[in-house]
Amino acid sequence: MMMTGLKLQNLGLRRGGRLLFSGLELDLKAGQVVALTGRNGAGKTSLLRAVAGLVQPEAGTISFGDLDPDEARASSLHLVGHQDGLKTSRTVAEELIFWSRWFGADRAQALDSAARLDLTGLLGLEVRRLSAGQRKRLALARLLAAPRPLWLLDEPLSPLDASWRTRFGDLMAEHLAGGGLILAAVHDPLPIPSIGLEIGA
Amino acid sequence: MSALSALFGRETSLAWGRGGGPLVSVGFYAGVATLLPLATGPEPDRLAAIAPGAAWVALALAALLSLDRLFERDFEDGALDLMVHSSLPLELVCAIKCLGQWVATGLPLALAAPLAALALGAQPLILPLVFGCAAVGGLAFAFMGGIGAALSLGARRGGLLTAVIVLPLFVPPVIFGGGALDSLSNGLPWTAGFALLCAYGAAALALGPLAMAAACRNALS
Repeated sequence: MMMTGLKLQNLGLRRGGRLLFSGLELDLKAGQVVALTGRNGAGKTSLLRAVAGLVQPEAGTISFGDLDPDEARASSLHLVGHQDGLKTSRTVAEELIFWSRWFGADRAQALDSAARLDLTGLLGLEVRRLSAGQRKRLALARLLAAPRPLWLLDEPLSPLDASWRTRFGDLMAEHLAGGGLILAAVHDPLPIPSIGLEIGA
Repeated sequence: MSALSALFGRETSLAWGRGGGPLVSVGFYAGVATLLPLATGPEPDRLAAIAPGAAWVALALAALLSLDRLFERDFEDGALDLMVHSSLPLELVCAIKCLGQWVATGLPLALAAPLAALALGAQPLILPLVFGCAAVGGLAFAFMGGIGAALSLGARRGGLLTAVIVLPLFVPPVIFGGGALDSLSNGLPWTAGFALLCAYGAAALALGPLAMAAACRNALS
């Protein structure tokens, strides 16, 4: 079943005894992207983790259209966080193929996504040899290899150069055109039109 | 199935390199087995009497070496965050990680155990049982040790904490395995001890993943 939307109702989050925000409302529909903004420590990352089911909200509800939340989190969302889960001792190909298989894609899809992010020439390299931007592209290649409708992106643009920011904008637009949804925590503006949501204001 | 086999391959490969992998564990095991005669004296009779138990305790300590990083690295680098977004239950993920740990370090230690026991003067008659106990016990060490590794996630000096949590859980297999080996050495029935060791291994297989997954979820939140 396709995810049709993400709805946050009266959401409140507390971390380390500190109330980050309360009463947050969001209604994200297929084909839309929301850019979460806010000062450092406002709770952008915590909100993404709450949507991903990694943090329990203090109040409110998170719903994924008609999907059961557990099912949605298991098969319909992909989180790209600050930590990318890549093992530095393994090669780009090993990591990309592993994670692609983990998220339900096959080797061919993994190699195709590597090509789309210009990683083909780096496939034999250990992850530790990658620059920060290349490593971010590898994390983003996982998004493309096993497409899931809801992308949760935490600072997706930060280590990318201007050219790759634009190209990633094109990939985001393509995802949205296919009925995808994106919730992105950002400090810099996204390269595509987005709905703004400031938290902790 | 594809995700499971991919995870098993990755875990085995990572466990091979984690904490120095099997070479360090086997090296540590050999070191402890070598130290023992220096402490107890080299008389063959005395050594032969304690050889099975000593080899067994050394095995338990060697199994501890690479346990602390079983979940820690995935926790630190965000891989655990990604692993929960799968149709595979986290309990199964934990079980596969422990299985990879056992294949990479438990089995090499089990292969080294008869050699260490022989070097300490154990009777050749008991060597197959030394291997059997070490293999089954290693499985129990990996799955019970995984609980300690998961519980110490995010803690400072987690390796030490893991050891403190895990050592009491290692007591039953050490007693059962050591008892079986001692019985065989003395010409007594040994199957009861070995059966109890297998039962403990089965319990570890069944219950360990539940506890590990709960501890991982708690650490992630």
